[in-house]
Amino acid sequence: MKFNSAAGSFSRRDFVRAAALATAYGFSLEPARAAVRELKISRTTQTHSVCPYCAVGCSVIIHTLGDKARNIQPTVVHIEGDPESPVNRGTLCSKGISLKEFVVNERRLTRPLYRAPGASEWTAISWDEAFEKMARRMKDTRDRTFEEKDSQGRTVNRLTSVALIGGCTDTNEINYLLGKFRFALGILSYENQSRL
Amino acid sequence: MTNGWTDVSNADVILVMGGNPAENHPVGFRFVMEARRRRKAKLVCVDPRFTRTAAVSDCYVPMRAGTDIAFLGGLIHYILENKLWLDEYVKQHTNAPFLVKEGFGFSEGHFTGWDESQGGYDRSSWQYELDTSGHVRVDPTLEHPRSVFQLLRQHYSRYTPDAVANIVGCTKEEFLRAAALIASTGKPDRTGTILYALGWTQHSHAVQLIRAAAILQLLLGNIGMPGGGVNAQRGHANIQGSTDMGAWNMLPGYLKLPRANQLTLQDYLKANTPRALRPNAWNYWSNTPKFMVSLLKAYYGQNATAQNEFGYQNLPKTGENENWGWAYFFDRMSRGELEGLISFGMNPVANGPNTAKMLAALAKLKWLIVVENFETETASFWKARKLGDKFYTGFASPAQIQTECFLLPAACFAEKDGSFVNSSRWVQWKRAALPPPGDAKTDQEIISRLLLDLKSLYQKEGGRGAKPLLEMSWDYANPAHPSLDEVAREINGRHLSSRQQLKASSELQEDGSTMCGNWIYCGSWTEEGNQMARRGQEDPTGLGLYPNWAWSWPANRRILYNRASADREGKPWDARRAPLRWDGSQWSGDTPDYKGDASPESLGAFIMLPEGVAKLYAADFLEGPFPEHYEPAESPVKNPLHQEVSTNPLAPVFHGEFDRLGEAKDFPYVAITYRLTEHFHYWTKHVASGSELQTNFFVEVPEELAREKGIRAGDRVRVRSARGFVEGPALVTKRIRPLRVEGRTVYQIGIPIHWGFVGRVRGPLVNNLTPSVFDPNSGTPEYKGFLVNLEKA
Repeated sequence: MKFNSAAGSFSRRDFVRAAALATAYGFSLEPARAAVRELKISRTTQTHSVCPYCAVGCSVIIHTLGDKARNIQPTVVHIEGDPESPVNRGTLCSKGISLKEFVVNERRLTRPLYRAPGASEWTAISWDEAFEKMARRMKDTRDRTFEEKDSQGRTVNRLTSVALIGGCTDTNEINYLLGKFRFALGILSYENQSRL
Repeated sequence: MTNGWTDVSNADVILVMGGNPAENHPVGFRFVMEARRRRKAKLVCVDPRFTRTAAVSDCYVPMRAGTDIAFLGGLIHYILENKLWLDEYVKQHTNAPFLVKEGFGFSEGHFTGWDESQGGYDRSSWQYELDTSGHVRVDPTLEHPRSVFQLLRQHYSRYTPDAVANIVGCTKEEFLRAAALIASTGKPDRTGTILYALGWTQHSHAVQLIRAAAILQLLLGNIGMPGGGVNAQRGHANIQGSTDMGAWNMLPGYLKLPRANQLTLQDYLKANTPRALRPNAWNYWSNTPKFMVSLLKAYYGQNATAQNEFGYQNLPKTGENENWGWAYFFDRMSRGELEGLISFGMNPVANGPNTAKMLAALAKLKWLIVVENFETETASFWKARKLGDKFYTGFASPAQIQTECFLLPAACFAEKDGSFVNSSRWVQWKRAALPPPGDAKTDQEIISRLLLDLKSLYQKEGGRGAKPLLEMSWDYANPAHPSLDEVAREINGRHLSSRQQLKASSELQEDGSTMCGNWIYCGSWTEEGNQMARRGQEDPTGLGLYPNWAWSWPANRRILYNRASADREGKPWDARRAPLRWDGSQWSGDTPDYKGDASPESLGAFIMLPEGVAKLYAADFLEGPFPEHYEPAESPVKNPLHQEVSTNPLAPVFHGEFDRLGEAKDFPYVAITYRLTEHFHYWTKHVASGSELQTNFFVEVPEELAREKGIRAGDRVRVRSARGFVEGPALVTKRIRPLRVEGRTVYQIGIPIHWGFVGRVRGPLVNNLTPSVFDPNSGTPEYKGFLVNLEKA
C-alpha cells in the first residue's frame, strides 16, 4: 500500500490493528468489521484530495486500483473523509460520501465535441483539429476587434469582443493561468462563479 | 471568512442569517452544534423559511426577503439606544471618533451629493475633516456632532423596533428577543459570530448589507475575536481562491485593474497607493508598488524592465466609468457586441439570471468554447428549444443558431492537483489520484495549447495586438503542460538573483528584483516546500487555529484583525480567548495581524486601512457611507422609510428586450431560490445518488396561500414572473409564515435550484424567473426577493 502525500505516510493496516486491539477485550464486532474493511481497500493507492462541492473544504482520501499495472486504466474504488482533517475529522455529507459516483460516471465527457453553425447535433472532433479551429477563430476575432488605442488616443490594448469565465473548482493555479491567458489576449470581461 | 469553521465553536452567540448551513454546509455546521453543546451558545436564525438551521435554533425570526439591512439597522439602533456597545473597543479600534466634513447628511432616501442627471453621487461631502498635516481630526469623547459615532446614531435613529417589524414582517417581540441575545455579546468576555451565505449576497444592495453586519460586529467588539467575525460560508470549493486571483476589474491579490487615464505605471501607482490618514496607521497598502512591480515581473519576465515600466503598457485598460463585468458583458452579448465566449467550467445558462436573456445572448456569438466534465445547459444551449420543452418555445431552433461550439472534456477534481481555498481561507493542496478518462485533458494543458497555438499564429502571420500576447511569459519546463507545482511557486514568488523562494510579502521589492504572482500568497511555497500540503494537527492555543494544517492567507494568519482582540495595552479582552499575547517585546499565538515586534500602542489594529482603525463609516462605497434599507428591485411594497427612493438608486438597470420588471399588482408574491442538501448546484443531477434522493423539482407554497388558491399538496403549479415561468408539484408547507408588512399580508414562495434541461434528472431552470438586477459594487444578481404569481397548472 502506498500513500500519495507530500507529508509522510501511514499504513492503514496499523490503524486497523490499533482499533481492533482497543476493543479486543469486549464483545465487540469491531475486529470483524475491520477485517472486512481491510479487504476492500487493502490493495489501493490512497491520495489526499479535497471535496469539490461547498467551501467547508473537507479533506478526502481517494482509493484507486490498477495504477501499478501496465496498460490498465486506474479507477476509483472508494472515496472517504480524511480523519486527520481538523475541519471534517473523517466525516462527509450526503454529497461528499457519493463523490465516487461523480468521478466514475458514464456521463463524463471523454472526447472533444464540435457543433458546426446551424447543426442540430454534436459530432466528434480530434484535439488537433479542435485546437486549430479555435486558434483561428480567436485570431480572426482579435485581428478584427482588438483596440490598441481608445477614442482619446490612450493606449488600452484590449479585446472587448471576447469574454472569459471560470468555474468554481478551478484551482488557484488554474485561475492564475487563466489570468495570464486573459491579459495576454487583452480580455477585460473576465469573471467566475464567485460573482454569482 | 474573517475567522474560520473550526473557530465557530468559540462563539457564545451565533447569528445565522442569509444562509442555511445545516442543509448547505452540514459538515461545517457541526461547529455551531459544538458551541451549543460545550459553551451553551445560543443560535439565532433569521430567514424567510423555517429552515433546517432554524429547526435547531434557540431563536427563530421570520423575515421578508430583501429586508436584512432593516433588521441589522434595527440591531445597531437597539445597541446604541440601550448603551450595549463595547465602549473601549469602539473608541480604540474603529473610526467612531473621526470627524466628517461639514455638510454631510441624509434625507428622503439620498445621501448628500446625489446627482439625478448622472444617477450617482458626488462624494466630496462625505469626506473626513483633515488637519493641516493631512490627518483626520478626531474627538476621543465621541461627542462631537460630526463624529462618526454621532452620525451613526443619527442615521439609524429611524430603525426603531416598530419600524423594523413593519418592514421585515416579523413581530416587534420576535425582533427584540433576537436583539437581546445578539447584543449580549457587547462585553469583553462574550463573543458572537455571524454566518452568512448567498441569502446576503444575492441582492441589489448586497455589499452594503455585509457592511451593516461589520458595523454591528464592531460595535459589539466581535471583530478579531475568536468566536467572532463576519463569516461568508461560500458555496463552492474555490470561489474564495478565484476571487483572490482576480476578476474583471482586479489583478491577483486585489490590485486594481489599470484605467485608461493611468497613462504610465507611475500614474497607476499614484492613483492606487493610499496615504495614511492617521499618524499611527501602518497602511500596508502603501506597499502597492512592490506588489505591482513583482506581479509585472511574474507576467512579463525578461520582457519587464525598469525602462519599459515593467511591461505595464501591455495590460488592457478600462475606461474610467466603464464596467466589463458579468451583468454588462452578457447584456452586450445579447445585443450582438461580442464574438466569442470561453468557459472553463462555468454554466451561465443554468446559474445566470434571466435564462431567456442568457440563451438569446449565446445565440448571438460567433463561437463558444466550453471546457467541462459533463455536458451542460451552456454547452448545449442551442438545444434548449428541444430539450427545454415548453419553457423555451420562443427560442430559436438549432438551424437558426449560427454559433460554432466546442465542448472540450476536462479532468475533474480527483484527476487534478493544485489548491482550493475553503471559506476559512485555508489553502489546501490536493493531489491527482488518477488520469482523466478517455481523451479528457487537464485545464493547464488546454489553456497552454490555446495560448501557444495562438502565439505561433501571431509569430507566423503577425496581427493586431501581437506584442502583449507574445510578451506574456509562459516560461515553464514544459510550456504545453506546466506542472502546477511550478505555477504555485510562481504565485508565491522568488528573489530573481538568488532564485530563492520568498518567505513573506515583506521581502517584495519595487525595483524588479523580485517576482510574485499574488502577493497575498507569499509564504505558501517557500524554500521549506509546499506549505499548503502541510498536515500538522497541533492546536497550541486550544482555539481551533491549527496553524500547521495547510496554509492560510495572508501569512498563515487564522483570525483576521486579531490585534483587535486586545486592548490598548495589549491585554486580551478575554484571557480564555486570546489568539495573541504581547510579552513586552513580541506577539505570540496566531500570526499577528500587526507588526510582530511593534508595541501595542504604536500602531492601529487595522493595518490594511489608511485609517489604521476599522470603518463604521466608509466614504468609498457607491451608495453611501452608511448602509440604508432599500427594497428589492421588485417589491410588494414601497420603501416605508422613503417611498420616493424605494430601491437602491445605484443598482444597474437594463432596458433590453428581456429585462422586464414586474409589479405587485400582477405578481403579488415574493420568491426566493435556495439549495437542497442532497444536491450540489447544477452538477449532481448527473450523479445517481443525489438524483435518486431528490428526483423532482418542486415549489414550496405557504399553507395559507395554498388554501386561498385551492392548491393541495402535490398539485401541479405554475410560477410566473415578468421574465418566464416554471412548473412543478406544490409542496404545501408551514415553513414559510405569511408576514404582515405595511398593514397587509405578504406571502413568500420558495423554489429550489438544481434542475435543468441536461442531466440524469431534468426539470425547469429556476432562473427562468429571476431578474437581471445586480448589486452595483459586487455585480451579484438579485435571486432573493423577486416577484411572481402562482396558479394551478
